[in-house]
Amino acid sequence: MSTLTNGAKMLLECLAREGVDCFFGYPGGVTLPLYDAIYDHHVRHVLVRHEENACFAAEGYARATGKVGVCCATSGPGATNLVTGLVDAMMDSIPIVALTGQVTSKLIGSDAFQEADTFGITRSCTKHNYLVKKLEDLPQVVHEAFYIAASGRPGPVLVDIPKDVFQAQGHYTPVTSIHLPGYKVFTEGHTGQIRRAAQLMCEAERPFVYAGGGIIAANASDELRELVELLDVPAVLTLMGLGALPSNHPNFVSMTGMHGSYAANTGMTHCDVLIALGVRFDDRVTGRLAAFAPHAKVIHVDIDPAEIGKNRAADVPIVGDVKRVLGRLNTVLAEMRPERKGRLAAARQAWWSQIRGWKAEHPLAPVTSDSEIKPQHLMMEIDRLSAGEAIVASDVGQHQMWAAQFIRFNAPRLWLNSGGLGAMGFGLPSAIGAQFARPDKLVFALVGDGGFQMSIPELSTVASYGLPVKIVVMNNGYLGMVRQWQELFYNNRLSAVELDCFPDAEKLAGAYGFKGRTIDKPWELASALEEAVREPGPYLLNVKVSRYENVYPMVPAGGAINEMVLAPPQPVAVPK
Amino acid sequence: MLLIISLLVENKPGALMRITGLLSARAYNIESLTVARTLDPEISRMTIVVDVDSTLRQQVIKQMNKLVNVLQAVDLTESPAVRREMVLVRVRTVQETRTAVLKEAEIFGARVVDSSTEGFALEATGDPEKLDEFIDVMRSYGEIETTRSGVVAVSLEPKKLRLQPPVLTEAR
Repeated sequence: MSTLTNGAKMLLECLAREGVDCFFGYPGGVTLPLYDAIYDHHVRHVLVRHEENACFAAEGYARATGKVGVCCATSGPGATNLVTGLVDAMMDSIPIVALTGQVTSKLIGSDAFQEADTFGITRSCTKHNYLVKKLEDLPQVVHEAFYIAASGRPGPVLVDIPKDVFQAQGHYTPVTSIHLPGYKVFTEGHTGQIRRAAQLMCEAERPFVYAGGGIIAANASDELRELVELLDVPAVLTLMGLGALPSNHPNFVSMTGMHGSYAANTGMTHCDVLIALGVRFDDRVTGRLAAFAPHAKVIHVDIDPAEIGKNRAADVPIVGDVKRVLGRLNTVLAEMRPERKGRLAAARQAWWSQIRGWKAEHPLAPVTSDSEIKPQHLMMEIDRLSAGEAIVASDVGQHQMWAAQFIRFNAPRLWLNSGGLGAMGFGLPSAIGAQFARPDKLVFALVGDGGFQMSIPELSTVASYGLPVKIVVMNNGYLGMVRQWQELFYNNRLSAVELDCFPDAEKLAGAYGFKGRTIDKPWELASALEEAVREPGPYLLNVKVSRYENVYPMVPAGGAINEMVLAPPQPVAVPK
Repeated sequence: MLLIISLLVENKPGALMRITGLLSARAYNIESLTVARTLDPEISRMTIVVDVDSTLRQQVIKQMNKLVNVLQAVDLTESPAVRREMVLVRVRTVQETRTAVLKEAEIFGARVVDSSTEGFALEATGDPEKLDEFIDVMRSYGEIETTRSGVVAVSLEPKKLRLQPPVLTEAR
């Protein structure tokens, strides 16, 4: 017979049984009983400085490990602060369990202090959510939440727990089965379709792999690599997929999409068979849909049936776990022995030389200057120190795109960024989560001066836990990406995008008790970054870069992806 | 276009909100919605008529099927199905028109469920277009009040309901 316990302790017991070693949260009134139980429980609670960052940190943890990230907030404002992080996890399919306190059951609906309809508010930003009404339901619900978050297409699940449920006394009964009769997870993939896909791949003259975050979620990097090598096919990755194929792999072209390379987007446009793996044909990838891969037959593998045919009709749809599907596909392909002879061999050779030609024609070339630090130069230096091995947690904006273009990732789960939602303020807290998950790793929080100022409170978390996160601010004094669009599409009318009064980095970091420095000379860059990396503790490096640099290539919104703007428009000479 | 969707849903709090939320998030207007429990009290049957862009029809059904509480969502718009609706009409009558109202009601197969000196309460069932006509006719006799149930539909094709079996976990 188990001993009598309360809801709060029972919840922690469930977390421990789910293998949670640390979770991120912020206490409040109704979670007092929970925090009282946390006081002497072995599952580690990390105190962040804002609930939004608790969710982002849990995401960083989940993205860096593949495990479910857990965050916790109190009722009302605590819960509403989680919303941005939940939507972010929803958009990028990140497994999160969010625990929120709720006012005592009897007070629900009475406009009690710090009451919000968390269950209603988070309905649309979670994969599923729960409001626990009695203690007996708690263990079942918590384990279901973990199961739903991690299985199928991963996503966030929220469990709202009233204060009296935390306090209620009861016995913990281990959960032995999870019964969700309506929760359908498709894993295997249709055998006939897999054969058809293999056939199509073998017969293709200009095949092209377009792989994304689904490969990382499914831990299918090895299978992807095997496929790419079996077929000897060029491959592009989406922003979410970087690292799914090592950046130094000879078949890897580059990132694709709005700021993808010329070769990636032109290849996509000219291919005859598009092998889409764990991707969702996002508008930032496809540009104008009607002009996207117009000559291609599409093979689309995704675990979510609703993604198939959502934006682009698939000629060979395969609903399944991309890891299992690719495993089976590779077996079929190996049996077929995709030896290419005669005309097909010549066509494939011509295709490769075309791709190489496009790469050479418009490479993603780093830009440097003698007088100022170019943002691309900064990324190249981070790349040099990382050598494809460091975790880079990026914020959102121009720096994110340059990082995606120039920093190599030799493994999955190194590149962490808010892809679908584009949530500024993501970089630093997600780096914190990643550093807790991977204490062995060098972790960069690569942020812009805008996003950094949204997450400044977390400097305190970094200092408090002595996390050796290297915070690199790419500081151009602007909300650069917004300014880029104002320059290009709004007649250069720069409205509310200049960020002046950035704090002195050395003093700011010093105020929290760690080192910081500001640099603006290109010859200082390499040594300053090295110094930051050498520092055993946290480091804040504020890098003032050239103010007006913009991200190219660029596909204007609504344009076809092969109609890229490759370089900044040349200024027109005005006769004097 | 007007889509008729038939759903089997776990009878749990929030299930209705999840389904209607999917529609409202895409700014689709719900024409009618009915819910009631099935033979199994833990499962409810829902019929929704909703105005959806025809190209997004499949997407809506797929999104509904993704919801954890939805056991099955089926598009009945063009498949063999019976669609019926009920209307309650309160019609005020004067002495001279009472017989005529009753005659008309009989033509539409409506039943009198209440009768008073003020008038009648009538109950009619049928396909929605027929009920439109019935309401028009009744309106010609004077002031009326109506309550429509919304469409309920049953598929005439046997649809296998595939429920997911329990997932056994090591004792967690």
